[in-house]
Amino acid sequence: MSTGRRQFLKAAGVTGLLGLVGSPLLKIFAPGELEASSEFREGAALTARRWSLVVDMKAFPTEESYTKCIEACNYTHNIPRMDNEKHEVKWIWPETYEHAFPDNYDVYLSENIESMTFLVLCNHCDNPPCVRVCPTKATFKREDGIVAMDYHRCIGCRFCMAACPYGARSFNWRDPRPFTKNVNPLYPTRTKGVVEKCNFCADRLYRGEQPACVEASGGALIFGDLKDKDSNVRNILRTKFAITRKPDRGTLPRVYYIIGGS
Amino acid sequence: MSDKSKVIYLLVIFCAVAAFPFLYNSLSTPVNAKIELNTPVIDAMKVKQCIVPKEEMRRDHMKILNRWRDEVVRDSHREFGNIDGVMYEKSLQRTCMHCHSNKSEFCDRCHAYASVDVYCWDCHLAPKENKP
Repeated sequence: MSTGRRQFLKAAGVTGLLGLVGSPLLKIFAPGELEASSEFREGAALTARRWSLVVDMKAFPTEESYTKCIEACNYTHNIPRMDNEKHEVKWIWPETYEHAFPDNYDVYLSENIESMTFLVLCNHCDNPPCVRVCPTKATFKREDGIVAMDYHRCIGCRFCMAACPYGARSFNWRDPRPFTKNVNPLYPTRTKGVVEKCNFCADRLYRGEQPACVEASGGALIFGDLKDKDSNVRNILRTKFAITRKPDRGTLPRVYYIIGGS
Repeated sequence: MSDKSKVIYLLVIFCAVAAFPFLYNSLSTPVNAKIELNTPVIDAMKVKQCIVPKEEMRRDHMKILNRWRDEVVRDSHREFGNIDGVMYEKSLQRTCMHCHSNKSEFCDRCHAYASVDVYCWDCHLAPKENKP
């Protein structure tokens, strides 16, 4: 039997196709394989369209209550404790009203406010000036609103520090390792010559955990989705009057402070 | 030819200098490039299998690590599924070094032999090793 040109081409095509897809198909449909193991992390990732934080000042009555949040952050992210104040590295830190809200300051304000200590951190602005000025795109805005940093790309030019109106960024003037006493072995440190700041615990969110400061705050810090109209943060902001830091800078900060009233 | 002795002296010195690296290498103890795979976690595994086949890992681990770095940091894609459908977190400290907890006998040996200088450990923490 002679094989025509047409038949030959058909046979060659079918054989070629089988060769290309056959073995992967067999692999996919083979029993017992391709079973994704789900035990490699504990919870499902926390996701949002726009992460934001509400600081309820009434729930921070004592120094101890906010120190716990700062210490939780310091341990989680291996923040060094520098002996020279000029080399200080901070992600979340205490501040007076005058320094946190300089535009709203007045000498005749309530004494209550004078004595308050405000926890301040990166505001994860909607319009972040640090992102605009970064020449290497080491600082960038994620889709869920977190202003994140890629330390691998940071060249330490400190433009972002000049641009940030909140002082939320710190430069590593020295190698932070010798100044990191209590080390969390599961998180990296930074190296000399890069800028660092709060990242809203992006890696904890992936593991289904709240940010470290929120977890340690016992309800004084409320973390949630600003674009979900029924979220915890939206419900609080709907009923209580909240302020943001330096709103006139146009950065649209996404950390809110509830100072008083109900 | 009064310079004959000078030339011979210089020739001997030149030969000694030129041959020094070869002599030095042949007499010194060779660098140990054999990586150690026996860590407590790996010993406890029923099937000793890395996230991808050994040959691919040996050849491409640096590319995989670079790709993971970019995907995790910039795209928030933190999960890696291998050809068998096993899922892993893309993390040097939480995944790679969880099994290979012996940086000095695993990473360092081969990097020292190949004279590769990596800057991973400027920031990333290596697991604590119990050295005798």
